[in-house]
Amino acid sequence: MGSSIPPSGAGQALYRTMVRIRAFENAAEAASQGGVSAYGQQAGGSAKVRGPLHLSTGQEAVPAGVCAHLRTSDYLTSTHRGHGHTLAKGADLTRMICELFGKATGFNGGKGGSMHIADFSVGMLGANGVVAAGLPIAVGAAHAQKILQKKGDITVCFFGDGAINRGPFLEALNWARVYDLPVLFVCEDNRWSATTASGPMTAGEGASVRAASMDIAATQVDGNDVFGVHETAARLVAEVRGGGGPRLLHALTYRVKGHVSVDVAAYRDPAELAAALETDPIARARGHLLAQGVSVATLDAIENAARDEVDTALAIADAAPWPEPGDAFTDVQTTGAGQWH
Amino acid sequence: MALMTTKELSYSEAAVLAIQREMEADPRVVVLGEDVGRGGIFGQYKGLQQTFGAERVIDTPISEAAIMGAGVGMALAGLRPVVEMRVVDFALCGMDELVNQAAKNRFMFGGQGRVPLVARMPGGIWDASAAQHSQSLEAWFVHLPGVVVVSPSTPQDNYSLLRAALQCGDPVVYIEHKTLWGLRGEVDDDMAVPLGKARRVREGDALTLVSWSKQMQACAAACDTLAAEGIAVDLIDLRTLWPWDRETVLASCARTRRLLVVHEAVQVAGFGAEIAASAAEATGCRVARLGAPRIPVGYAPVLEAESRIGADAIAAAARKLLG
Repeated sequence: MGSSIPPSGAGQALYRTMVRIRAFENAAEAASQGGVSAYGQQAGGSAKVRGPLHLSTGQEAVPAGVCAHLRTSDYLTSTHRGHGHTLAKGADLTRMICELFGKATGFNGGKGGSMHIADFSVGMLGANGVVAAGLPIAVGAAHAQKILQKKGDITVCFFGDGAINRGPFLEALNWARVYDLPVLFVCEDNRWSATTASGPMTAGEGASVRAASMDIAATQVDGNDVFGVHETAARLVAEVRGGGGPRLLHALTYRVKGHVSVDVAAYRDPAELAAALETDPIARARGHLLAQGVSVATLDAIENAARDEVDTALAIADAAPWPEPGDAFTDVQTTGAGQWH
Repeated sequence: MALMTTKELSYSEAAVLAIQREMEADPRVVVLGEDVGRGGIFGQYKGLQQTFGAERVIDTPISEAAIMGAGVGMALAGLRPVVEMRVVDFALCGMDELVNQAAKNRFMFGGQGRVPLVARMPGGIWDASAAQHSQSLEAWFVHLPGVVVVSPSTPQDNYSLLRAALQCGDPVVYIEHKTLWGLRGEVDDDMAVPLGKARRVREGDALTLVSWSKQMQACAAACDTLAAEGIAVDLIDLRTLWPWDRETVLASCARTRRLLVVHEAVQVAGFGAEIAASAAEATGCRVARLGAPRIPVGYAPVLEAESRIGADAIAAAARKLLG
């Protein structure tokens, strides 16, 4: 590992962020089995997390390392695989579980679920069910920050390796450079586009090279090294905050789970997965923190606290009320509200 | 006596004045799109960049997805953007950003955000411009929960409805007509027109005739012909297509017992079908629709004419409905 480990407290904070994301997603995964008809699985109706659940297991170092540098007033746009971004931006874990359960107490009042998880109050402007859809929204938010002279505030835009093959990727990067907007693009390159390997579907060298072709400085990092991501993101965020215009962080990571939680990903070479598990970002960070002198008990306490937090949240979500049927008719639009036919 | 504020303006000048007034009143209003700094290809932004600067009247690349998507992001971050799509046909390149993002955002995120943007996308047949520059797609957007759909036919309505659209706080699909820009008329800049209210253009008891946008002109001509035959038509300009003015239309239908809806768009699955069905369900009146055949608009005059609905065809449809 070439990166420097931050001081003990900061290192533990990064570890805690990753561990909370992992605990959250493990619980969501368990609660989602039988929740969607796909990949040969049938929905049973009893699952607490229903519908497609896209897990970022193994990718936790990217949101943890990047979002550690963000303020509440910074904006963030996300993807369909957005639990980690949302937690790392500071959203309340309990309200996230409530939303995955479809409960009235969720961030979206049960109207969105996992694919639309969001907490606008901490600047997290939403996960998104459409690949690459967050990119134009992010440059718009950054453009508003520039127009409204919110000096120093930035927008961070997470997207996957599959998104770089959609037109909005090109349109948004060009836009960000043309107007020199305060936006940090973060490509989480997990090597898979749904159930198709991204490499054979992508011409050239991918996100970094495409960004460079539009005069946006791109930096590639080992996305499973949280301290490396943290160190590189510190520089890029500072440059963007300082008015340097857009930057792109290309984080190489790996999607440990299938496309959705019921996808066992049998189409993959088991050796590929085994190799990826060898570089699990949480295990690596744990090893480095131990080597730095942090005690086993301290790290175990962080993990236990995360599991306890999730268990408590699951119980709260279980007991929480469903939305009222009439809530299906609220927050559609103001003009003409009440006219449905 | 109140100060007279009426002046004669073109349909495009009325739009410029509306945006100017809103930009003066609200620093959050911005404009973004291709060629807006030069005043827009129809003059519908003339002088605004010179008045308000390039940071609020923003020239953009030919990137419809980014224009619409950035509009969504700007709106979420506190601005009130006017999103210029040039023509409705090009707006199709920004459909995910309108349909999946702008229209869904407020509901999908449980009311955490609002997307107060006005997407201008002129529609209708643009003379001799053929199939990709001549579409009337308003029914697509009326079908979409979460948006307001406006289609003004006069300079006054373009002024007043554009201001209302910018003030309403919802995403608005604002469909001016590609060939009404030079139409001149009196504009009272104090006149407010609420969204969702139709305008009765002429009164009559024989038949209710509903239309919007440029098609109102052929309808008015047909009404003159019918009047000479002793047929008095209740002519209604819908103006806002969603929410549409059920009260005005249905009250007229209950009185006349006959409804003809005419639009420039293809008749099949057009918005006229929705109005006709609603009127028949609510009042039991006889209904008929008249729209374009389900063909792309052709280039040669003789082909293009097959997609146009003229006054003669409207009068004939009215007579048939009365027969």
